[in-house]
Amino acid sequence: MATTELAALRRGLLARPTATTGRLSWLTTVDHKRIGVLYGYTAFFFLLVGGIEALLIRLQLAGPNATVLSSDAYSQLFTMHGVTMIFLVVMPLGAAFFNYLLPLQIGARDVAFPRLNAFSYWLFLFGGVYLYSSVFLGGMPDGGWFGYAPLSEQDLLAHRMDFYALGLQIVGIASLVSAVNFIVTVINMRAPGMSLMRLPVFTWMTLVVAFLLLFAIPVIGIGLFQLMFDRLFGAVFFNPAAGGDPILWQHMFWLFGHPEVYILILPAMGIVSEVLPTFSGKPLFGYAAVVFAGVAIGFMGWGVWAHHMFTSGLGPVANSAFALSTMFIAVPTGIKIFNWLGTMWGGNIRFRTPMLFSIGFVAMFIIGGLSGVTHALVPSDYQQHDTYYVVAHFHYVLFGGALFGLFSGLYYWFPKLTGRMMSEGLGRLHFWLMLIGFNLTFAPMHILGLQGMPRRIYTYPDGMGWNFWNLVETVGAFTIAVSILVFMANWIVSRRRGAEAGADPWDARTVEWMTTNPPPPHNFDEVPVIHARDEFWHRKYAENEEGVPVPAVAGAADEDAEGSPIHMPNPSYFPLIAALGLPLVAWGLTFASAWLIGTGAVLVLAGLYGWALEPSSE
Amino acid sequence: MTVEEHALEHAAPGHHEARTSTGLDNVKVGMWSFLASECLFFGALITTYLLYRGRTLLANGQPGPTPAEVYDIPFTSVSSFVLLMSSLTMVLALAAIQRGDHGRTRVWLLTTALLGATFIGGQVYEFTTFVNEGLSISSSPFGSAFFVLTGFHGAHVTVGILMLLTLFGLSMGGRLPTENARTVEMVGLYWHFVDIVWIVIFTLVYLIPSE
Repeated sequence: MATTELAALRRGLLARPTATTGRLSWLTTVDHKRIGVLYGYTAFFFLLVGGIEALLIRLQLAGPNATVLSSDAYSQLFTMHGVTMIFLVVMPLGAAFFNYLLPLQIGARDVAFPRLNAFSYWLFLFGGVYLYSSVFLGGMPDGGWFGYAPLSEQDLLAHRMDFYALGLQIVGIASLVSAVNFIVTVINMRAPGMSLMRLPVFTWMTLVVAFLLLFAIPVIGIGLFQLMFDRLFGAVFFNPAAGGDPILWQHMFWLFGHPEVYILILPAMGIVSEVLPTFSGKPLFGYAAVVFAGVAIGFMGWGVWAHHMFTSGLGPVANSAFALSTMFIAVPTGIKIFNWLGTMWGGNIRFRTPMLFSIGFVAMFIIGGLSGVTHALVPSDYQQHDTYYVVAHFHYVLFGGALFGLFSGLYYWFPKLTGRMMSEGLGRLHFWLMLIGFNLTFAPMHILGLQGMPRRIYTYPDGMGWNFWNLVETVGAFTIAVSILVFMANWIVSRRRGAEAGADPWDARTVEWMTTNPPPPHNFDEVPVIHARDEFWHRKYAENEEGVPVPAVAGAADEDAEGSPIHMPNPSYFPLIAALGLPLVAWGLTFASAWLIGTGAVLVLAGLYGWALEPSSE
Repeated sequence: MTVEEHALEHAAPGHHEARTSTGLDNVKVGMWSFLASECLFFGALITTYLLYRGRTLLANGQPGPTPAEVYDIPFTSVSSFVLLMSSLTMVLALAAIQRGDHGRTRVWLLTTALLGATFIGGQVYEFTTFVNEGLSISSSPFGSAFFVLTGFHGAHVTVGILMLLTLFGLSMGGRLPTENARTVEMVGLYWHFVDIVWIVIFTLVYLIPSE
């Protein structure tokens, strides 16, 4: 009697939700496509936040001796602009693509651990909420996105850098969890016949990124913990007055920070490697070279971090070694660029919006890559260090590179997401406005940097010769803002009224296009059997004697679903509950509230136990 | 994490067993990936310690406790031995559940947890002694590095003890059938990893003398 009642009670507490439609079902979803959509919209929201921060910065710098922002507000804004764009925009936008596409590209029904996937998303969201809660709790972090000690350890009562240390920790755990998930998914969940060398390049780059995250996140995690122990518990890791070494923080940060650069750019490189072949009507030139170059970047990315620290006095031997490795890492990147050019060469190129953004990516990334090589030369770097030249460089690779690539992907896979097409006209307008605005904003920074304008100053005096280009940059920044508005209008209108996309709007090559647009919850009625790289293309086209593709006679049509229904994993409350606990713990640590820490810890434990004990399905 | 693939098993119609591309179990590949990541977690902590073990001056410039002064090698050797023996009992627990011997499974799970708790007890005693001798997290870089490194290791052992006790409770309630031997195996992987990290810490931190 008692045991059955207990069992019923337990079942009542742990019963899995079953609704997969309706607004509330988004809170419990474990469907990789819906999690991808959540990642995408959340990251885009943060893009707007980070963009507004950038506009405020540019307003302040538009002319000399401006008073739009105080020095204090400026420090908070440039710090949060960097933190937001890197940790809350580009990384999660990449994660949005991994989530949505990766199972589709390898012919799987979901990721290996669907609930873990939901957990990653909620941690990312709550990490972002925690970071931005600082606005109302004494001010945002103001020590730069790199948080250099001992600056980051000042003002122990003002909590600002506590938000940095703990917020990035939470976001980092989200990335680590998703890295494990994607590694297992790519290694273990491929459709029959999908060997590693048949994987779409985007999937390959995701795998490399997942390994980079797996090994880079714990390093920054320890650095952030050490910062936290210094700030909250009186440790002296980075406190020079007590014998600690602030350079150790720099090593910890950049040993994570340089692989992080590739974590940001490789997803975009993967997207471009999908878009260029599709719109050139050719297979990717040198598939194996592109894949191995990506893997090589993944390894070599670990041996270049100290080029961020040339001016910290590491000595000539270390500086020379890192200068060499930094020049060397340009080689695999160059291989990729030549392969992309080779893909377009002689192709039947269609200049649709995704293609424009991909070509824009290649062009802008070359500029950013070349200015990056100039940083490898130590004497040259001494001159450029902490000037706007560096700001120009990393915006060319992260905005002109990563963000252009991600926009290319948004246009390319919009039909997959919605079943509709985005407007080509507005898409072109967006592209040209953004390309022009981007170059107006960031190209003059090369000049200003070489003229000696330092980074991270909230204003500058008249008569330095910096006025004209700063004004141009501000005009450029607002041009970018307009282009983003065009994109948003295009997205919103096309979602409702865009032309029907059909099953294969781009004449695509990869497996994700072998199901409907948008795909059903179980992705594929029948798991496809893979016979070739570019499987979908080979199902559509055969080759005649000259090697020219001709439409295949049969075999492209999807077969009807079998009668038996396909069971997908049930939704779950527990990833949300467990993730909700961590920001509570973080607030508790920040404000030394045992009550909050306890509540958060109880939530985490309750979430994890519920997770482990809930039935696998209803 | 542990029941996730059951749901996906059902997602693949016609196959009762989860079939993966490599033939390896999803959870096992995931656990190995996580442990690979943990290597860098502890690697960063150990590196910091090796950098800071000679920095023993107090903030006021006076000499503070040095590693050679505070470490009690015989005591820590005993608690290290206790932790290593817990790996043996963990293996016995896994072997027991794989043969379907649930009584022995419970005995060995509980023994492993108790051995782990004994180790943690030793660590608490050690920390208390060190603080009494003037070494704290804020006394010197050596103190910060030592307490954070061994503290994080202790936290890992504590998480392991919680998982072992949870398995013990599940088994007592009859909710750890032989088919779930894989769950015991995963907790075992984690437990052995934490033990191996301790071997590295014991060697590098305690046994190798610093100048």
